[in-house]
Amino acid sequence: MLKRSKKGGVQEINAGSMADIAFLLLIFFLVTTTMDTDAGILRLLPPIVDDIEEADKVKERNVYVVLINDADMLLVEGEPMDIKELRAGAKEFMTNPANSEDLPEKVRVTAAMAREQIGNYRSYVAGATDEQTKQDFEKGLERWEDKLRTVELIGEYMELPNSAVISLQTGSKTSYDMYVKVQNELEAGIRELRDELSKEKFGRQFSELDDKNDDDKDLIKAVRSVFPQRISEAEPVEVGKRQ
Amino acid sequence: MSRFKDKGKKGTPAISTASLPDIIFMLLFFFMVTTVMREVDLLVKITLPEATEVTKLEDKALVDYIYIGPPSNDKLGTEPVIQLNDDFSKLEEIDSWVKQGIERRDEVLQPRITRSLKVDKETNMKIVTDVKQELRKSNALKINYSTTQGR
Repeated sequence: MLKRSKKGGVQEINAGSMADIAFLLLIFFLVTTTMDTDAGILRLLPPIVDDIEEADKVKERNVYVVLINDADMLLVEGEPMDIKELRAGAKEFMTNPANSEDLPEKVRVTAAMAREQIGNYRSYVAGATDEQTKQDFEKGLERWEDKLRTVELIGEYMELPNSAVISLQTGSKTSYDMYVKVQNELEAGIRELRDELSKEKFGRQFSELDDKNDDDKDLIKAVRSVFPQRISEAEPVEVGKRQ
Repeated sequence: MSRFKDKGKKGTPAISTASLPDIIFMLLFFFMVTTVMREVDLLVKITLPEATEVTKLEDKALVDYIYIGPPSNDKLGTEPVIQLNDDFSKLEEIDSWVKQGIERRDEVLQPRITRSLKVDKETNMKIVTDVKQELRKSNALKINYSTTQGR
């Protein structure tokens, strides 16, 4: 090829250093690259509310209190507990298999019941006089329509009361590592329940359901309404000088 | 037969390196595409805790980071500090930081911003709780406890 130039053709540019230039760029990108994708435990903080009275109304049996003290030890529902048992504890709280008095009272939701309530709410909405009550009734109607959809997909289910919540409280010297571990165990408990339900009803793990697929979206919503993820980022207990 | 003899005289031909740039370019493009430039210089030492139930954060453009940990510079002590953007910050600055983050984004995307807490695992909960309270006050409710994937 190069010989041709002797005959009078155009001299070709030597491409030998091209590799070096590319190498240089390559090394630059290698160094600046961060491959890590950020992952973690997603949580929704509760908005700040002024009236604390509402919180008092929650029945004790509907709250699963998890305390972590300054020495990273757990106190669950008044009893010391090892972190290994926490997952099972959370599952028991969510399901209340023995209908215990200390755990949330569950209500069976049936299709007939949902239809009746939808009928009721429809007439309320039609009969509502001012805008505010109408909106409230519409919200109620929507809630029952969701429940009916869930019953259609899963069948009759035991519903957790709205106030059922896992409440997590920490001391000021609790280590963040322990806090994340506890969050992780609670999350795992709920995930396992959802997986079991999803596997039983749809033959697939909950995590295998694809939220971009419209059919699956409904299934996800249904499973979520049976086992809602309600881990409360509890109001920090004020100690001494704050405020 | 004579053909072989000719070859023998010249010795083995050198392997052509003409395709080497192409190979390198291919690698280059791969790294160019996957690269995410590091946005901030970390001023704090962070070892993330481990968790199994993790969710991947889908859209990096919609994540703001709060770093909490002991300063990397030993002279500054070992008490955990908060880093927002490129500088150490006080608790009170979180509110304005949240607002900056919101203003930077398109209006449609604003409610989807996640604040990711990258916290050293040895940190006490006190500072984390305080940060969470500040976030609540600024109405930045969607948070993520950044962890490494365990198991």
